[in-house]
Amino acid sequence: MNISRRYFLKNGGIAMLGMASLPSFLQRAVAATAGTNKKKMVVLFQRGAMDGLNVVVPFAEPNYYRLRPTIAIPEPRHGGADAAIDLDGFFCLHPSLQPLQPLFQKGQLAIVQAVGSPDPSRSHFDAQDFMESGTPGVKSTDDGWLNRALQSMPEEQASPFRAVAFGPYLPRTLAGTAPAVAIPDLKQFKMYGPQQTVEAGFEAMYAQTVDQAMRGVGQETFEAIDQLKKINPDSYAPENAADYPTSRFGKSLMEIAELFKADLGLEVAFLDSGGWDHHVNEGGVQGQLSNFLRDLGQGIAAFHQDMGDRMQDVVFVSMSEFGRTARENGNRGTDHGHANCMFLMGGDIKGGKVYTRWPGMNDGQLYEGRDLAVTTDYRSVLGEIMTKHLGGGNLKSVFPGFANDPRQFLGVLKS
Amino acid sequence: MARARNPRCTVRSGGRHLDAYGASFLAVTIAALLAVLFTIAAPNAIADKHDKTAQSSPDAIAADSKFKGHLPITELTEDQAVLHALNRLAYGPRSGDAERIRQMGLEKWIDQQLHPDSIDDSALDKRLEKYPTLNMPARELLDRFPPPRLAAKRAGETLEEYKQQMVEKRRAAPAQTMAQTMDAGDDNSDRAQQQLAKMQGPNRIIAELSMAKIDRAVYSQRQLEAVMEDFWFNHFNVFANKGADKWMLTAYVRDTIRPHTMGKFQDLLTATAKSPAMLFFLDNWQSVDPVAFKDHQEEIAMRRARYQGIFGGGFPPSPGTFPDPNSRFPQAQGTARPKQQDRGLNENYGREVMELHTVGVDAGYTQQDVIEMARCLTGWTVREPRRDPDFVFRPEFHAEGKKVVMGHTFNYGGEKDGEEALKMLANDPHTAKFISTELARHFVSDTPPPALVDRMTREYMATGGDIRSVMKTMIYSPEFWSKQTYRAKVKTPFELVASTARALNADVAIPLPLAQWVGRMGEPLFLCQPPTGYSDKAETWVNTGALLNRLNFALAFSSGHLAGTNVDLGAIFGPDASKDPEMALTRSLDLFLGGQIEPPTRQILESRLNDPQILQARLDDPVKLVNEGLLSGLVLGTPEFQRR
Repeated sequence: MNISRRYFLKNGGIAMLGMASLPSFLQRAVAATAGTNKKKMVVLFQRGAMDGLNVVVPFAEPNYYRLRPTIAIPEPRHGGADAAIDLDGFFCLHPSLQPLQPLFQKGQLAIVQAVGSPDPSRSHFDAQDFMESGTPGVKSTDDGWLNRALQSMPEEQASPFRAVAFGPYLPRTLAGTAPAVAIPDLKQFKMYGPQQTVEAGFEAMYAQTVDQAMRGVGQETFEAIDQLKKINPDSYAPENAADYPTSRFGKSLMEIAELFKADLGLEVAFLDSGGWDHHVNEGGVQGQLSNFLRDLGQGIAAFHQDMGDRMQDVVFVSMSEFGRTARENGNRGTDHGHANCMFLMGGDIKGGKVYTRWPGMNDGQLYEGRDLAVTTDYRSVLGEIMTKHLGGGNLKSVFPGFANDPRQFLGVLKS
Repeated sequence: MARARNPRCTVRSGGRHLDAYGASFLAVTIAALLAVLFTIAAPNAIADKHDKTAQSSPDAIAADSKFKGHLPITELTEDQAVLHALNRLAYGPRSGDAERIRQMGLEKWIDQQLHPDSIDDSALDKRLEKYPTLNMPARELLDRFPPPRLAAKRAGETLEEYKQQMVEKRRAAPAQTMAQTMDAGDDNSDRAQQQLAKMQGPNRIIAELSMAKIDRAVYSQRQLEAVMEDFWFNHFNVFANKGADKWMLTAYVRDTIRPHTMGKFQDLLTATAKSPAMLFFLDNWQSVDPVAFKDHQEEIAMRRARYQGIFGGGFPPSPGTFPDPNSRFPQAQGTARPKQQDRGLNENYGREVMELHTVGVDAGYTQQDVIEMARCLTGWTVREPRRDPDFVFRPEFHAEGKKVVMGHTFNYGGEKDGEEALKMLANDPHTAKFISTELARHFVSDTPPPALVDRMTREYMATGGDIRSVMKTMIYSPEFWSKQTYRAKVKTPFELVASTARALNADVAIPLPLAQWVGRMGEPLFLCQPPTGYSDKAETWVNTGALLNRLNFALAFSSGHLAGTNVDLGAIFGPDASKDPEMALTRSLDLFLGGQIEPPTRQILESRLNDPQILQARLDDPVKLVNEGLLSGLVLGTPEFQRR
């Protein structure tokens, strides 16, 4: 227990009112170093609906070029510095994702294509909500799938950093009764002013308030502040010459690596990136989407590099609320569609492969005549991660109403 | 409240006593004893206060009816009602507001707020004069703050050269302003000046717009109008960093949103639909009917052939030369468009206008309805976003013929198709309910009572979507003044910043740092990327990172560390509070929270009054002074102040 905690206990005599024993959060804070050898997970949500068909490109599917006359990514055999990266003779990776090629080759990175939520909504808001709640089509769900996953793997002495969202909000994915914190900026996660006065003062105030919502969040905040005093974010240097992009995405990934390495008990990290909604001038090899992908590829590769051997215990997974129309629209962009792709990376991943039940792209095969069909439910992919990587959890409670049959798993993870 | 305070003094000294002995058993016993004492004392104190205001003498009844008129206030005390009104229909109490409302009567104050034109706001107007961009049309903004590419071209430089120059200019700016303000020697203002000086080029526009928004919330007498402007902007959200939108937002806020905050919803909707800002943000300016477009292309090609036939030259006309200086179809700026490009429909706005702006996602419309709505709106475009950013209807891109949206047929032809389709949406019962729900969610609670929403929905339908009438129905409902509603809403970062500045009676000379704090807390102004706008629910704003930022903000602001603002607590607390921590606390609670604080919070605050950081000893002076800034920071950081 550090000094400010002791100070709080001693000086907050009145704050002890009604507390018969040492509060549980203090007990948890004392034992916060537990869980360092546990399996970990990083979840990326790409908001705005990434155009998966121009990211993991079905170049051997003739309809692809028919439907996208101006924005299609040329086949890899065209060669050149910005040629697409052939993955398996059918799919290629957008050239801006070059940094991911070595990871794919080493078997660290896998891709699932034609995956998504079965709900037909083309509303960003609803589709994100459904994907994050883990209950497509059901609006009344209060919590997020990742929070339920934590609930179903209860831990007596969980660290306040067991689940962290890197950004200004706690996302729907992590909403729920299991504690989770949002950290907009690791470097600034401290209190300013005379520390003993303000920290002890506010901590007592939020511990005693009749305002339940504020009491809960206050408790999590002060635990996190306390724990973070153990590390010095200002002096963090990535290892193995990892080169993170300077974007918010890059910065968040670096902070995740830093927190993992600090052994503060981080198990589940969430981050998101916005702006994937390219209705106009999406671009092909160059252009808007290409710029976003450069950031994505560079960030993921840097994270992998920085984590080094620790990646054996980590699975990274990405998702986006839905894909985009198979056909380009009238403005060299794409409108809201259906299926998309997911990236999976880490030591437990059977990488070097694109996993898909390819639905085809002729007019009869397209979902509602316009979008790539969903042939793999994203909950099946997440269920496989939970089962084989995190090693537990109750799939029925995490994804209620979805028969998550292990026999239906794609086999993206080593068993 | 004097009676209630005394026993708690004993608590504090008891606490110190305990420290010395460290006997926790004793602590629990004494604490329990005091808790009993307190629960006996507190209700009496509240009752005392209540008796004074609500005695059943004829005078009191007269005063009461003058105060609340026909407002159905039964569960809140007069103090609570005043605080509630200021928190919901304004950006929180400012020193003197509560007394003014009591004198004028709450009902009259509300009536004035519902008719903002009746309120003199010249002091704010004067304050806003320092932002020259506010009154400029978009075209002038483009001219004065040109996009880098255009600015470089004008200066005869490459884009790279120009960008390098801007970097240097930004670097040099702080030094210059430093020299200019040397005399003032005000560190706080210098820092803000330097930050502001860095805002060169187009960023200046959004910086001024953000500063004006803060000024309006803090200083406008038309408080409800400012609240509604924020509400409607968020409802019809536009993201400033999407391409040309940063030059269009000033006009959008000024000419599209503000004039319609309390008028007919249909007018507001149509104004947004025709605004260059929205047309650009949700891509409708690019949406064309493929058939009409193709016909038009062919016609142009024919004309070109004829032209070449007449003049016999081999050169096609280039922009800026005879015969067609104003190329008649929208060009994406800065991108070379391949010739013979087929263009077509863009569903983006057609979908969002239904889902987010009017009927809501559960209204039962289909994908085909989205397409048909988009078709109704084809031809609604912007002349040239980065040169001539005005709305224009281009019949040559419009889908003529029959269009059916949600069972309604539109076959008027031309611009009227879109206008009638929007009118249909504005008057649909789903819209009435959707808008009523959103208003009630903002002004009443995250989960507004269905009966209240129904009442508002009926008023909406009865008045043809008259926003002021719907607001009035809401305010004259008992649900608005119920105990459940009181402090049920968590302040958004913007509301928190504005209400803190008002509570502290701060002199905000340069609001830029305040705007930056709003951003740090998760609500960067005019920079919400998704068309949904920012969430109006507590769960978004109550999380660890946000809370920490809120507390740090309160401490920095009240301690006078916030650039561009000055806080004079001595002036609002009075001289006698500077040596008396109890009095300083009482004053701050009265001013910031209308004296309304939950007992446990008050207890914690009182237990801190002898903290050496709060009651500071100085060298050679036996009299200790209260650190009013720090104490105020603690009060502004209370859970109570996070709510409205």
